[in-house]
Amino acid sequence: MNKPMSSEPEVLAESAAVRVRLAKPCARLSLRARGDLAPLEAALGLSLPGKIGERCTGGELEALRLGPDEWMLHLPEGTVEGVLSSCAGVYETLPHSLVDVSGREVTFQIDGARATELLTLGMARDPESIAVGEGRRTNFDGVTVTIWRDADSAYRMDVWHSFAPHVLHLLETGCRELAAEAV
Amino acid sequence: MLLITCPYCEETLPEAEFAYAGQAHVIRPENPSGQSDEQWEEFLFIRENPKGPHFERWRHLHGCGRFFNAVRDTVSDKFLTTYRAGAPRPDLASLGGDAK
Ligand SMILES: [Zn+2]
Repeated sequence: MNKPMSSEPEVLAESAAVRVRLAKPCARLSLRARGDLAPLEAALGLSLPGKIGERCTGGELEALRLGPDEWMLHLPEGTVEGVLSSCAGVYETLPHSLVDVSGREVTFQIDGARATELLTLGMARDPESIAVGEGRRTNFDGVTVTIWRDADSAYRMDVWHSFAPHVLHLLETGCRELAAEAV
Repeated sequence: MLLITCPYCEETLPEAEFAYAGQAHVIRPENPSGQSDEQWEEFLFIRENPKGPHFERWRHLHGCGRFFNAVRDTVSDKFLTTYRAGAPRPDLASLGGDAK
């Protein structure tokens, strides 16, 4: 497998208040399934989160429940084939849809003392309503994004490629603005 | 901005995450070819447009993605309740508030 080009994620915007970085690429799978999920959970090696917004990890696999029958899975690049084939093995028992959407979006890593405040610039809902360790799909400046809250002031935001420059532009402006205020 | 409770997410969230999707409980006939022009017109175009509680569909577009139903008072713009798609029409009398 290709080695990452650098060990650290690329910094896209940074100020005294907050920092935005481009996360290293990962593989992304969109899962839709309903009914008794046990066979899929066995194939994936994790128990799928049962409540919208909840996350679970199993090995290197990370799952976020987006809807009543929808999950987003993040996993290391190069491990997709194995997961797809083990889930294909339970398709007869539990029909489902598992689609590789790795090429669809990028992830911004947002951290720093005022990361939560930066998100309020584009989000209608209160970022504080997403507990640490949870995630949500929501709207950021008119764009559908997925937020993963990893710590009090550390978030990941998945954005579709075509919207990424638009979203990043607001994040850059916000970075500068929050720092200017802090002086 | 309206605050809307998504019955799937079980959270009350800003209207900006939702999209309106017209009157609820409009049932497509099982055999469209068997319909008269008047019945088909009724299905396609005729809506209640009430002054007061209105049964309507919404979609949690920037969220769980689900369509659900709501009762909103068109006078006060207040949501009396929201419920999952496929659930029966709630009894207005039991909703209290401004519902008639
Ligand atoms: Zn929802």
